[in-house]
Amino acid sequence: MWKLRDKYAIAGIGCTAYTSKSNRTVVSLAVEACRNAVADAGLAMAEVDGIVSFNFGDSVPSIAVATGLGLPAARYAVEFSSGGNAANLIIQTAAAAIEAGLAKNVLCFRAMNGRSGFRLGGGRDLNSRGITQFTAPFGWITYPQAMAMWCRRHMIEYGTTSEQLGTVAVTCRRNASLNERAMMRQEITLADHQASRMIVEPFHLLDICLESDGACAVLVTSADVAKDLRHRPVYIMGAAYGGGPNQGDDLFDAIRWPDHAHNYSKYIADDLWRSAGVAPRDVDVAEIYDCFTYSVIMQLEGFGFCKEGEGGEYVQNGRIDRDGDLPINTHGGLLSEAYIHGLNHVVEAVEQLRGHSGARQVADAEIALTTAGAMTCGSALVLRR
Amino acid sequence: MSYAKPVPVPDADTRPFWDGCRQGKLLLQRCDACSRFRFPPGETCPDCGSDRASWVESSGRGSVFSWIVVTHPVPRDIYAADVPYVVALVDLAEGVRMATNIIGCQPGSIVAAMPVEVVFDRVSESVVLPKFRPAKRGAD
Repeated sequence: MWKLRDKYAIAGIGCTAYTSKSNRTVVSLAVEACRNAVADAGLAMAEVDGIVSFNFGDSVPSIAVATGLGLPAARYAVEFSSGGNAANLIIQTAAAAIEAGLAKNVLCFRAMNGRSGFRLGGGRDLNSRGITQFTAPFGWITYPQAMAMWCRRHMIEYGTTSEQLGTVAVTCRRNASLNERAMMRQEITLADHQASRMIVEPFHLLDICLESDGACAVLVTSADVAKDLRHRPVYIMGAAYGGGPNQGDDLFDAIRWPDHAHNYSKYIADDLWRSAGVAPRDVDVAEIYDCFTYSVIMQLEGFGFCKEGEGGEYVQNGRIDRDGDLPINTHGGLLSEAYIHGLNHVVEAVEQLRGHSGARQVADAEIALTTAGAMTCGSALVLRR
Repeated sequence: MSYAKPVPVPDADTRPFWDGCRQGKLLLQRCDACSRFRFPPGETCPDCGSDRASWVESSGRGSVFSWIVVTHPVPRDIYAADVPYVVALVDLAEGVRMATNIIGCQPGSIVAAMPVEVVFDRVSESVVLPKFRPAKRGAD
């Protein structure tokens, strides 16, 4: 059993509008999301003494946001140099920091002008040093290009089809149509997915997530503090982070990864379920990292919702719909709500567990899974109300 | 016209590899202690930790592990004339995997495990990239 099980909770959530052009600075977005999370918790700002984030060189340091918030003493202000794979790790780390006595109330945020500013999907540094000297010179540059290689491998090994990928896109969009925060709310059909232009085979445009300007934040505190705050606490039951051997030299690199038909999720699944003391069948709603459609399929397999190779079939026939066996990405995910690098999945999970999701509420949601990552490393949480 | 695409910037670990390409040789590091090949190059063996290794010429033969077909050029100005092009992960006979381009065939004709062989593409005065084409003879 994880010694932190149920000892820490998410007591507040906050976000900005999600847009394609914020006309604001990243620090302003971060400060707004954090202020909203603290207000949502009903905590005095002066009580916040920790702040954690992650970024890809596209955001602001945690101390800048602590300064903008006027925190009197940021005892634990750190950031991880990481992609979306750290979206749940920062929350796990916040709980661990409180346990270790480094801080008492910790904000976790992600903020970026991901469309109008630095575009993660736009390609990497063309100056090919380090591991990049073995990728970029071959025109292998963008994340869609990186991950299409994994998707193809899943198709080779298991016969996964583009239509199965499309089912994930259609499902996310249908959920987004009920979410006032979502950037893309107009429903799409499988035929729309198939007709969308090819970007990098096997990915059509609608297999690829959005680019967004915006920020979101959550406030982590002890279960003891959380029980006296404004909302019913959402407890952190379990958490896991990592991947297998040969995670590579950076997030893009997977040259030494043994098997691209399986990603980090199969390597951390046992840690995750053991930490939480529950199993996949206990999950009422799953917010699964969907930078690309295929990553949902691969993680459903990896986390044990179905057998390896059966993820493509699993997503069909309504199983992942809001009223299906396993509702996924009830906010629309990265594919249709916004690309806030996976932290927006946690915000949605908390709303679902509070019963505050309105038209897109999953009935009686008690336990939620949030995941983050698509390739060689990633993180996940099990949350409960 | 100067070559606008990304070019490798060799470092202390990788310089022999790129020098080899310029001489038409695909050189791989083989650990002197455990005899395993490794790629990308590095100072020590990830398997046994030994810092003794030799550069050995690869057979240049392998098979396609996975591949993509880039149809939307990024950055557009640099790759517009190249699409569609194929990037692949190729498993070399020596047991290592590398990223490369598959050339000399239609993208639609590529299948998993297809045998391929190295071909050296001199893209500029100082840079030679190891690319692969369908093997003329059967795979090893």
